[in-house]
Amino acid sequence: MVNFLHDRQALYLFGGVLALLLVATIAGAIIRAVKGRSEVIDNLNARIRAWWVMSAVFAISLATGGIGSVILFAILSFFALREFITLTPTRPADHSALFWIFFIITPLQYYLVATKWYGFFAVLIPVYAFLFVPSRIAIAGDATAFLERSAKIQWGLMVCVYCVSHAPALLMLEIKGYEGKNARLLFFMVVIVQLSDVLQYVWGKLAGRHKIAPVISPSKTWEGFVGGVLSATILGGALWWATPFKVWQATAMAFVITMMGFLGGLTMSAIKRDRGVKDWGAAIEGHGGVLDRIDSICFASPIFFHLTRYFFT
Amino acid sequence: MRRVVASGVVALARILAGGSVRRIGFHPDERQRIYFANHTSHLDFVLIWSALPPRLRALTRPVAARDYWAKGVRSYLAQKVFNAVLVDRDRAAPLVNPMKVLLEGLGDRYSLILFPEGTRGDGTNVAPFKSGLYRLGMDRPDVELIPVYIDNLARVLPKGEFVPVPMLASVSFGEPMHIEPGEEKPAFLARARDAILEMRQW
Repeated sequence: MVNFLHDRQALYLFGGVLALLLVATIAGAIIRAVKGRSEVIDNLNARIRAWWVMSAVFAISLATGGIGSVILFAILSFFALREFITLTPTRPADHSALFWIFFIITPLQYYLVATKWYGFFAVLIPVYAFLFVPSRIAIAGDATAFLERSAKIQWGLMVCVYCVSHAPALLMLEIKGYEGKNARLLFFMVVIVQLSDVLQYVWGKLAGRHKIAPVISPSKTWEGFVGGVLSATILGGALWWATPFKVWQATAMAFVITMMGFLGGLTMSAIKRDRGVKDWGAAIEGHGGVLDRIDSICFASPIFFHLTRYFFT
Repeated sequence: MRRVVASGVVALARILAGGSVRRIGFHPDERQRIYFANHTSHLDFVLIWSALPPRLRALTRPVAARDYWAKGVRSYLAQKVFNAVLVDRDRAAPLVNPMKVLLEGLGDRYSLILFPEGTRGDGTNVAPFKSGLYRLGMDRPDVELIPVYIDNLARVLPKGEFVPVPMLASVSFGEPMHIEPGEEKPAFLARARDAILEMRQW
C-alpha cells in the first residue's frame, strides 16, 4: 500500500515523522546537557525513545498494507482491554464473560475490519456483545453488583475494542479518487492525535498556568490545551495534500480530532483517578500503559471515521 | 525442545499476566533459595519462574502436588520443562516422607518455589502457613528464604476455571529471611506470612 520508491507523498510523510523524531531526540539531549538530569527530563527522554519504537511499529504496519494495521490495532485493543479489566473489579462469576470478550469478540471485531464487513462491524459490540455480556454473567448466577460489573465490562469493550477498531476501519472506506491511499487517512489521524498530545504537553510545560480539571488531570492546563489544539490543527491543515480533503476541510477535521483526543485523555484520566492510579500500566517506558498512549485515539477515531464516511463516501 | 517449550510458556505467561516484577531488597544470583509465595492459581509458579532471570530458571524447581501435576501434558511440563519436585498432598498415607523429597530436591545447587499455604486461596486472603517451610529452614540454615507476593493472578485463572483470561498480575520479591536463633515454629511462620502480607501495600 505504501511504496517509498514510487510514492513521493508517503516519503514526505514518513520523512516528516523521522525529522520530528530527530529534532526531539536532539532537543532532549540538549535539555539534559544544559539543565542536568531530573525526573521530568529523564521521563521526557524515555518518552522520546519510546516514540521511536512506536513510530517504527506504526510505519511497518502501514508499509505491510491494510492487514498490518489491522493486526497492530487488534494487539493494541487486546492490551488496552487487559489494562482496563485489571483496574476493574470483577468477580469469579465474570470469568466466562471475560474469556468471551478477550478471545472471541475482540478477534471477531478485527476480523470484520479485515474483511471490510461494515454492517456487522458497526453492530457487533453495541448490539450483540452488549446483550451477551450481562446475559452470560446472569447465567453464572452471582447477583452482587450485577449492573456495575456488566456495565464496566461493556464499557471496557466499547472503549478499548469498538472505538479503537475504527482506526484501522478507515482502510475500508471507499473514497472517490482516493482508492488505494486510505493508509494515509489512518496516518493523518494518528499523527494529528499524537502530535496534539505531545504539543499540549510541550505547551503546558512551557506556558501552563491555569489547570483545567486539577482533580482529574493535574498536568492539563488551559494554556497547554489551547496551544496544543491550535498548533496541531494548523499542522493538520498543512497536511491536506495527503488526504482527500481540501485545506479548510483538513483543518476542520484536525480540529475535531484534537478536541476528541483531548476529551478522550480527560475521560480516561477520570477513570484512573477514580481507581486511584496514575497510569494504566507500564507497557511503554515513560508513557505508562498502552491505554495511556491510545486514550485519545479511542475517542478520536470513531468520530473521524464517521465524519469521513458521511461526507466523503 | 525443552528450552523452546519453556520460552513458549514464559511468553504465554507474559501475554496473559503481564511481566510486572518488583524486587524489594532482593538480588537474583546463583545462591540457593527457597521462594515462598501466596498461592492463588495453578499459574503461580510459572509466573515466579518467568520473573527470574533465564540463567536462574534452570536452577529453580517448583514444588507441586503430585495428584495434579503427574498426568499427561502437565506431567511433561512439570517434570521435563520446570524440573518440578512433586510431593504427595495426601497426608494420611504418603508413600515417601515429603520432607525427604524436598531436601533431596534442594540438593546442593537448586532453589525451590514453595507455597506454604498448601492450597490455593481466593486471591484476597493468605491462609496460615504449614510447617514445611520452618522445617526446611531448620534443616538448611544456609539457604535464604525469600518471601514472594503474587498480586491479581487469581483473576487470571480462578479456582475451578479451566481457561485463563488476560489480566495484569505482578510478582514482588522481598528481603531474604532466616530463622532467628531459638525462634519457635509458630512465631517464624507468622513472621514469614507477614512478610508476604506487607508487600501488598507496594
